[in-house]
Amino acid sequence: MTSGEPLLQVRDLVQEFSVGDRGGTVQAVTGVSFEVWPGETLGIVGETGSGKSTLARSILQAPRPKSGAVLFRGTDLVTLSGLRLLQARRHLQMVFQDPFGSLDPKWRVRDLVAEPLIAYRVGGRDGRRRRVDEVLELVGLDPAAHGGRRPRELSGGQAQRVAIARAVALSPALIICDEAVSSLDVLIQAQVLALFERLRAELGLSYLFIAHDLALVKQVSDRVAVMYLGKLCEVGPGEAVYRRPLHPYTRALLDSIPSPDAGAPRSRTERRVGRVISGEPPSPIHPPSGCRFRTRCPRAAELCAAEAPPMRELATGHSVACHFPLADVARTTARSEERIGETKR
Amino acid sequence: MSEALLDVEDLKVTFAGRGRDVHAVNGVSYRVRAGQTLAIVGESGSGKTVSCRAVVGLLPPSAVVTGSARFRGTQLIGLSDDQMRQYRGADIAMVFQDPARSLNPTMRVGSQIAEAVRAHRHVTKPEAREQVIELLRLVQIPLPERRYLEYPHQLSGGMRQRVMIAMALACRPRLLIADEATTALDVTTQAQIMELLLDLQAGLGMALMLISHDLGLAASYADEVIVMYAGRIVEQAPAARLFTSVRMPYTQALFEAIPRLERPAHSPLPVIGGRPPDLAALPAGCSFAPRCRGAQDDCRRAAPPLAEHEPGHRWACWHPCENVADAFGEPGRPVPRGNGDTA
Repeated sequence: MTSGEPLLQVRDLVQEFSVGDRGGTVQAVTGVSFEVWPGETLGIVGETGSGKSTLARSILQAPRPKSGAVLFRGTDLVTLSGLRLLQARRHLQMVFQDPFGSLDPKWRVRDLVAEPLIAYRVGGRDGRRRRVDEVLELVGLDPAAHGGRRPRELSGGQAQRVAIARAVALSPALIICDEAVSSLDVLIQAQVLALFERLRAELGLSYLFIAHDLALVKQVSDRVAVMYLGKLCEVGPGEAVYRRPLHPYTRALLDSIPSPDAGAPRSRTERRVGRVISGEPPSPIHPPSGCRFRTRCPRAAELCAAEAPPMRELATGHSVACHFPLADVARTTARSEERIGETKR
Repeated sequence: MSEALLDVEDLKVTFAGRGRDVHAVNGVSYRVRAGQTLAIVGESGSGKTVSCRAVVGLLPPSAVVTGSARFRGTQLIGLSDDQMRQYRGADIAMVFQDPARSLNPTMRVGSQIAEAVRAHRHVTKPEAREQVIELLRLVQIPLPERRYLEYPHQLSGGMRQRVMIAMALACRPRLLIADEATTALDVTTQAQIMELLLDLQAGLGMALMLISHDLGLAASYADEVIVMYAGRIVEQAPAARLFTSVRMPYTQALFEAIPRLERPAHSPLPVIGGRPPDLAALPAGCSFAPRCRGAQDDCRRAAPPLAEHEPGHRWACWHPCENVADAFGEPGRPVPRGNGDTA
């Protein structure tokens, strides 16, 4: 899987926005680095304000990041503009959360899917027509039944399939999914997730799968990155991040997820989720000094306020940015085993 | 079993539309006991929200509501707006999904809660202020005196939801209905708000109704869970029981569709095809039959009634699931009987 060159390489990406007239600056993304390998799905999980959506848009150069490099198939998108950027971005597509917001309500499905083909002058009229049929069938829509409809005549799941059809029409290598299934009901969500997985297998796609739901992200990702207040705090294989989280914030996220298996016969207090983390994320305009999680972290010490922890690899492919990582691997493993034991009971 | 606080019987809600009546709720019966946490779970359009709004008289005039909803013996269905206001906001309070839209953006937070206090109680303004600060403290808002003077936009989503809860608690309700109250919040904030709701419930002895699309949330926090599909209750059981012995294939499908951390990456999600039925043209038999893996001919002929088949466990299905090891090799996870494939 990790052979050859990475498909996407993000290096020290920084994105900032100025707000208000008092000279405030939102530090939305601060020094984020990662790579996505061919055929791999990298999941990025983060809460509101973590900068995960800004990160996605910065990769697409919309808007251009303040600094850093975004290498897609070896070409730095940050240095390109106009037609050359458009060409370089052809194999890098995006699917957003709200399909109705990203599809022009006046257009018919067939025209919506043909639009990227026309924009990139792919094939003639007949060739495009065939490609649209092909892509609609690929995403599970019937060209005859759905092709003539307008977005408002579609359900949420169908509209998201149209958005996915648009994204795959140009045979991309990488699709960035930003909360792409988050607004769908759980059964429809499962249908669309299964579609993403099928396309991955059939078309050899890679994904950058961004969402707030850690369980959802882990389900579809080979590796998972956890983002907090504009920075990555942990990156590793999905299974390792879940079973042996190294960052206290990852632990807090895991503890906050209500589990359907938690309903086993236990007392009320035990039935609740694990330790609940207190406080709220600080403002990205005035992020804390040092480690950005320190204001809510149960392990925070003086060092955490003085110095931002660098990203360190503690196990193979499993890195953390924390001065005091949950390195007590034996204990965290035991707790994870406990969880598994519970589900098996 | 203690006396029911709220007793809903054969509740039906129909929205009359251009030549087609939308049957949003089709005969729903349940009870909420004092101090209980009851979750009503369902997807968009399952009728979970409409059935609750019908009970508290918060539906538009186009809704035709029939059936019975007795709150401590008083029939709520058919009450005038004025009569209903004696209960809603006082004995029965609600918290909704979007605190930003429920709050008045031009009014200070404290004044809005004070308004709620003074709507049902004859207290002076300084007394109301005292009570509001006490309420803000109760919902664990730091620096309540300062927050009192702030506007909604100055608060985070989690803090705004705490303000909504404070407002709902202003008259010490006996029943608090939380309609997707944590859906818009981040998972760590959601956990905080759920903890707060359960603490308040225990402290104040309230009954709590959680209306949610999230079966995992219901599983973790409720005593009892009702699952709705196409305007009907399809299964009801104590939370612990439901999650060890699901009977209704729809509930089972909901369970399986929840992404779970224990599952390996890229493991196939069991996919149920199709969509919920058109509420203006419900099928003759079981509403879930067109999507059900275990559906047989009788399912399409007649709708199965909701009946208590095992103590405390009601379901509406002709061919309920049995406890069999499932495709993931996890023992005790039921799968539907019948000839459908399971993975």
